Amino acid sequence: MFGAGGGTNSYREVEETNVILLWGSNARETHPIFFHHLLRGINHGARLFTVDPRQTSSARWADVWLSLDVGTDIMLANAVGREILAAGLENREFIGHATTGIEAYKAAVEPYTLERAEQVTGVPRQAIREMAHAYAQAERAMICWTLGITEHHNGVDNVLALINLALLTGHVGRYGSGLNPLRGQNNVQGGGDMGALPDRLPGFQHVEVEEFRAKFDQRWGVKVPPKRGWNLTQMFEAMEHGELKALYVLGENPLQSEADQALARRRLENLDFMIVQDMFLTATGQMANVVLPAGAGWCESDGTVTNSERRVQRVRKAVNPPPGARDDVAILFDLAKRLGHDWGQPNSEQIWDELRALSPPHTGMSYARLEASHGLQWPCYDENDPGELFLHSRLWEQPLNGPQVAFQPVQDDPPVERLTPEFPLRLTTGRRLDDYNTGVQTSGFSSPLRRGETIDISPDDATRLGVCSGEMVRVSSRRGHVEVPVWIDERLRPGLAFMTPHFQDEVATNILTIDATDPKAGTAEFKAAAIRVDRIGAN
Amino acid sequence: MSDDSLWFRPPPRPSHPPIAPTPVETPRVEISIDGQAVAVPDTATILDACRSIGIDTPTLCYLETLTPVNVCRVCVVEVKGSRTLVPACSRRVEPGMEIQTNSPRVQLSRKMVLEFLGSSVDLSTAPTALEYSSRYGANAGRYGPAKEAALAGERDAREPGHHHPPGSLHAETVAQPVKIDNNLYVRDYSKCILCYKCVEACGTDAQNTFAIAVAGRGFDARISTEDNIPLPDSACVYCGNCIGVCPTGALMFKSEYDLRQRGEWDEARQTKTDTICPYCGVGCTLSLHVQDNQIVKVTSPLDVEVTHGNLCIKGRFGYGFVQGGDPDKE
Amino acid sequence: MDLHFHGPDATLTERSVVDSVLGLPPSEGPGGLRITRDEGHHSLVQRSKLLPAFHAVQNRFGWIPPGAMDYICRRLSVPPAEAHGVASFYHMFTLKSTPPTVVHVCDDVACRIKGSEGLCTELQHALGAEGWKRSPCLGQCERAPAALVVRAGETPSATSVAPANSQSLLAARAADLPASADTRESIRASVPQFGSDNLRLLSRVGRVNPCSLEAYQASGGYSALTKGILQGPEAVIAEVMASKLMGRGGAAFPTGRKWEAVAKAPARPHYVVCNADESEPGTFKDRVLMEGDPFAVIEGMTIAGLATGSEQGYLYIRGEYPQATERLKHALEAARAAHLLGPKILGSSFSFDIELRSGAGAYICGEETALFNSIEGKRGEPRNKPPFPVHVGLFGKPTVINNVETLVNIPQILALGGEAYSRIGTAGSAGPKLFCVSGHVTRPGVYEVDFGITLGQLIQQAGGVAGGKAIRAVLLGGAAGSFVGPDQLNIPLSFEGTRAAGASLGSGVVLVFDESVDLADILLRIAAFFRDESCGQCVPCRVGTVRQEELLHRLRSGKPMRSYADELELLKEIGQVMRDASICGLGQAASNAVESAFATLNPMPKVAQIR
Repeated sequence: MFGAGGGTNSYREVEETNVILLWGSNARETHPIFFHHLLRGINHGARLFTVDPRQTSSARWADVWLSLDVGTDIMLANAVGREILAAGLENREFIGHATTGIEAYKAAVEPYTLERAEQVTGVPRQAIREMAHAYAQAERAMICWTLGITEHHNGVDNVLALINLALLTGHVGRYGSGLNPLRGQNNVQGGGDMGALPDRLPGFQHVEVEEFRAKFDQRWGVKVPPKRGWNLTQMFEAMEHGELKALYVLGENPLQSEADQALARRRLENLDFMIVQDMFLTATGQMANVVLPAGAGWCESDGTVTNSERRVQRVRKAVNPPPGARDDVAILFDLAKRLGHDWGQPNSEQIWDELRALSPPHTGMSYARLEASHGLQWPCYDENDPGELFLHSRLWEQPLNGPQVAFQPVQDDPPVERLTPEFPLRLTTGRRLDDYNTGVQTSGFSSPLRRGETIDISPDDATRLGVCSGEMVRVSSRRGHVEVPVWIDERLRPGLAFMTPHFQDEVATNILTIDATDPKAGTAEFKAAAIRVDRIGAN
Repeated sequence: MSDDSLWFRPPPRPSHPPIAPTPVETPRVEISIDGQAVAVPDTATILDACRSIGIDTPTLCYLETLTPVNVCRVCVVEVKGSRTLVPACSRRVEPGMEIQTNSPRVQLSRKMVLEFLGSSVDLSTAPTALEYSSRYGANAGRYGPAKEAALAGERDAREPGHHHPPGSLHAETVAQPVKIDNNLYVRDYSKCILCYKCVEACGTDAQNTFAIAVAGRGFDARISTEDNIPLPDSACVYCGNCIGVCPTGALMFKSEYDLRQRGEWDEARQTKTDTICPYCGVGCTLSLHVQDNQIVKVTSPLDVEVTHGNLCIKGRFGYGFVQGGDPDKE
Repeated sequence: MDLHFHGPDATLTERSVVDSVLGLPPSEGPGGLRITRDEGHHSLVQRSKLLPAFHAVQNRFGWIPPGAMDYICRRLSVPPAEAHGVASFYHMFTLKSTPPTVVHVCDDVACRIKGSEGLCTELQHALGAEGWKRSPCLGQCERAPAALVVRAGETPSATSVAPANSQSLLAARAADLPASADTRESIRASVPQFGSDNLRLLSRVGRVNPCSLEAYQASGGYSALTKGILQGPEAVIAEVMASKLMGRGGAAFPTGRKWEAVAKAPARPHYVVCNADESEPGTFKDRVLMEGDPFAVIEGMTIAGLATGSEQGYLYIRGEYPQATERLKHALEAARAAHLLGPKILGSSFSFDIELRSGAGAYICGEETALFNSIEGKRGEPRNKPPFPVHVGLFGKPTVINNVETLVNIPQILALGGEAYSRIGTAGSAGPKLFCVSGHVTRPGVYEVDFGITLGQLIQQAGGVAGGKAIRAVLLGGAAGSFVGPDQLNIPLSFEGTRAAGASLGSGVVLVFDESVDLADILLRIAAFFRDESCGQCVPCRVGTVRQEELLHRLRSGKPMRSYADELELLKEIGQVMRDASICGLGQAASNAVESAFATLNPMPKVAQIR
């Protein structure tokens, strides 16, 4: 946000903050060690508000749990903003000093009254009011979120709605105050930082800015294409239209991880040629023309990753990969050689030093410093820079250092797929503690917690449907159906169902999910599909 | 995304690196340890003060990341004016304290504590306790031959306030069968010195899951799930943070236990490499213990700000997907 | 908290029993709450309802069924493993199905020399293993042997039977014994000085109806509180300071200084706790005071609340004292009804109330910090000191904790004036003192004397040794005290006098053994007692008490491992590490009696000395 895509604060700050809004995140299970820091905060007296349709294990630690209807986050956030303004609790000094566009924001949120928000989100107005006042009046306050915010067709707007709240209250750029997306995957942060985005070069340098491109052109001796590329969703659409013919997939399993699996399969089948480079022969790999077996980056090669607090950390080779599997970088080097470019022997430190030379926020992080420190946080501009504990402190400098930040008003936009009598249940998805994504990695160990895939429904819905725990049912959406056992979760409220993507080979949950994607980020609305549940053999 | 220039350019560098608010300067107090004058912050414990001048004080129940429970009493020191010895790990320094860390009283207490443990607990996988025992000349054999081990579950069923009077001339121990009720780790309470660390790590000091607690009383006190139910029925989430803090090997990775049972566990052949967990984006440091190109256990260093030594089930146990087998064998 | 429950659902009865203590649960909307509050944060005061809930379930079912346990945990947000840890700490809670009626037979020192072993044998024969169990000292030593008949059910009861024989126990077990309406008669037997005009602390016991607030007031009760409210807290503390009153629980700390420290402590709120967990073997004076003069205890506590700026008091009474508990309950209600407790006492701005809490069979809970933990719903494990309770006590707040006898002295002090009170007794030990005289004396009971009387004089006052036998030994101060021999009867009974003789007054126990007693057997019982009652927290006490018992067993059975001298040396080292390195007074005192016996009384059979 504000030019750098990363959580603004360090984990240790959540231990010393006063109010935490955990929004669309079950960090207790999906980011357990971050939640340790959060629990310390609670034990030090912080108040926790969780915003989640489900009473997750995280929500059970909250002072107030705001159980909103799936996809009504902007309605809630704007109502919080309006209430803060109505109560005169906004940070006028900060707004005047560091922001622009407050009037437009005020006008935009004006219709979001507590009454209307209660009606739309299902959260009692006094709870919304309490969260608004607690957040605005706290000395330090943080908003943390995960995929409950971003896996919507309007995920970027959801994030903007939260950023607006931080701007309104001045809860950014200070110790213990900020905005923190919790990264779902190891090195998701680092991948983006390194330029694995359709529009960025390493270090968030936009590919459409001549000055940035020139540096890379010079270093690499080639012309970097001056236009941004496709994001994942656009790529899949391009496959559909035949514009994209060849695909090189590294360490992803899009066949099973994309929403609307039937559609994803059709599109991948449309390709002329596909290379899959992965540690596993994934379902996607089985469709590939060429499979390049890769080693496990985290323990079979050397390099760095970057975590959710922007900390660049060393990964080290501890074991040899199995025969035939090779380090990802070595494969890429060989490929380059076949294409006529001899890059020499791969060496992780040399590659890192090249990055440091091109990416200002990484320049200060030598391997020697990374080794000596358990990692450094970007931006770290030179070898004397300790790295930034929290971002955007410049917004509090007198006079303001750099440009003001604009409010970006957004409007409520409910999930694409409405509930109907035919598909009356809202399906939302997420992870469980001991499993991970499509289960490719976690299936390698036997977890005593694992109970396999289920569809979790409320006791009321179970009664209405006449099903009991363990009974196989047919779950259908407009895109397809799966058969899965029922799990009755007394903490789910009626009308809401929950599944995970962890057991794709047994239960392909993503057959059900909808491929409605955010136009800006290309993220699919995994969190909101409309389904029906039928007893098998009932008809 | 708008074409706002902010989205195209990184923000300017702040004038000063952002820092945490500086804590209030704590006053220093003067104390003497073994005749040596020392000045330490008034928030320091005697143990901190001892360590600051290089006096090696034995500890078993103490760990930097946990709240001191001061129950093992192996760290006791003599403080002038105090009727009893005091635990160095938890007692704060006070101005003018005169501390003896090696007086005959201190030595006797440390020796006796170690003898008590050695005569009642299997310390065979507790190298630290064994080292202290030899340092202080503990002779656990003085209490007679060990009584035969309790039957499975028998110690867990003991009621407070009752014991069978000593019927033989053997020394009572905590020996009992090892508890193996899941594939990830074993609990061998014959090796438990009841240091409370696992309870703290499972509780408010780290995991906040509260799957285990101390149950029973006196010599029959024990670490237990509710009603001694098996771990898979309990609240346990298999973070393994209890194993991480166990000083005696009472809690042990199943992988290590199995290798030891087969006589194949060999630390001399092992390497330990720090890397980062491959799962979520928190970035936990994993120390991979590797023997024969196989990961045999995963720990996490205490001094890393991200984890403080703690992991979750995936980081601690979810490495199986790289165990494609030993390339030399295939 | 994201707690995990595995057990069976609670039955309707189980729920209603728990709800009777905790109140009805808040109603939940279908499919989960839309808003929850404070579920995540530990509410300390809420957690403190854990033991009361256990008691209610135990009283109803005779044990704590798993469904009820789970339900309590859900209601109080207590992790089940922790709750199990707490319940399994206390002797009077049972975690496996048990018959509704159980006879607890005291087999501790005083009852042991009055035939308790025979009683145990008879009960085993009559009831089988399930119907009875052994208990440490039940605090009825003047009427030994004693037993407690505990009956669970819709109308639970607990009845002390002393002196007990198997017929009276089986009768008590079979029938509901109504508590006798007139309560004065029976207790007179416990106060051999009854009728004497010189009594201060015992003046009402057996004379004034303990169930009548009017009678208490008519005999001068509550005049001290009235005076205290008029004078104000500083003046009350000044009087208590001037009185030189020292705590009667065993540690003999100046009460006035304690009160002053709490009064001045900046943290709020402040608490007053009355330690009525009288469990030291051989001690029963507090029981007699609570049964015979309950309002005096309450008045003393209320004055302590006034002086220390506290609004809430807790009276923690051991679970083995059903009658004292009933009397106090009644007295608390009566005082509340008369506005002597509650808001704006006697029309002043001073508000104070007292909650009665029952222990559940754990000697260690007489240790002040273990007692706090027990009230807080935790295992009764002592805390390390410092910090001391006056700074960090109950719920982590400044707390004054006084023993029953200490508090009963308070109205006396305000009535007499601190200065005058300080002239009673000796220079170093001011005031009257209660002693619990039991064992082989003609008239066992509670004796009130001025400090300074010799041990021999006190024993004479109790009629000397029954049957004209010679004294073998006297256990002074309880199991945590020490043995003195017949040559030490001239010890003056004062703090300084006993200290000079290397002994201590402890809780005022004077347990007399005549020459027929096998002292080795008594020592083994004491060693077993400490092993049973050790909380198990620290290594020196947890293992030391076992090793001490094993060693005594070896000596007694004539099979020392090495030479007798080597064994004695080892015994000394065990004693020293317990004394030096244990967390609390229990471990620190666990070898006192044993070591004192070996020092002068030659307690072991000669055969042990052959090798």
